[in-house]
Amino acid sequence: MEIKYDVEIDARGLQCPMPIVNARKAFQELPSGQTLRVLATDPGSVNDFKGWANMVADAELLAQETAELDGKTVYVHYIRKK
Amino acid sequence: MGMNGQTTVMEPKAAVDTSALWAQVEQLQAQVDALRRQTPDNRLSMVVFSGDLDRVLAAFVIASGAAASGMEVSMFFTFWGLTALRQKRESRGKTLFQKLMGWMTPVGTRGLGVSKMNFGGIGAKMLRAMMRQQGVPQIEEMAQMARDLGVRIVACQMSMDVMGIHKEELVDGIEVGGVATFLGDATRSKATLFI
Repeated sequence: MEIKYDVEIDARGLQCPMPIVNARKAFQELPSGQTLRVLATDPGSVNDFKGWANMVADAELLAQETAELDGKTVYVHYIRKK
Repeated sequence: MGMNGQTTVMEPKAAVDTSALWAQVEQLQAQVDALRRQTPDNRLSMVVFSGDLDRVLAAFVIASGAAASGMEVSMFFTFWGLTALRQKRESRGKTLFQKLMGWMTPVGTRGLGVSKMNFGGIGAKMLRAMMRQQGVPQIEEMAQMARDLGVRIVACQMSMDVMGIHKEELVDGIEVGGVATFLGDATRSKATLFI
């Protein structure tokens, strides 16, 4: 799956609530219509970003996928700013 | 001209209709305002009663997470929770009991113990080390983050008076308030927690 994104943040190795805290900062600066990609190793981030996108009015969770990077499972989240 | 005559006949009726419509609009506006007052803000209110490291940490994690999700967050620190907000120990102008209380309670988050298996502070040190190993921010960073995210922090005036804690002993940049301050925020919150 190839999804286009404009900004990426790396939250690998970070625990709750850091992935969403960092995502928020990047998302606030993101221009409308652009997509943010978040890399996380926290398995809880899968549900966290679903909940987060539900709470943030202008956020749309486009997709979530897992990938193997440097021998670790990485959870990738794509969030578009409406 | 014939048309003109017709409009003059129509006008009074149209005028009546408009005023009825206006009345309806005003009524609806009043209803919308009333509903808006009842609708909660996108807010989370918390009472932090506990002075345990693990509980206060949980409070700050929830606060940061909520603030990062675009919620307004209010944290009301009362009783043992106040110890987490202390930055120094002062004895001047306090009663004997208040001085004793001041000496026996921690100053700030660094002095907090865990709610279980504290063993005189060893448990707290162990938990901090375990959190570091897992890449979990320390409670001090978490508290700073919550404040950077705009979390409203209020210290309970009444418990400050009872325990003899002065505002100068607490960290800077926080508010002081009473139960009505909490209720004012809590009643327009989507979620409230007592920790």
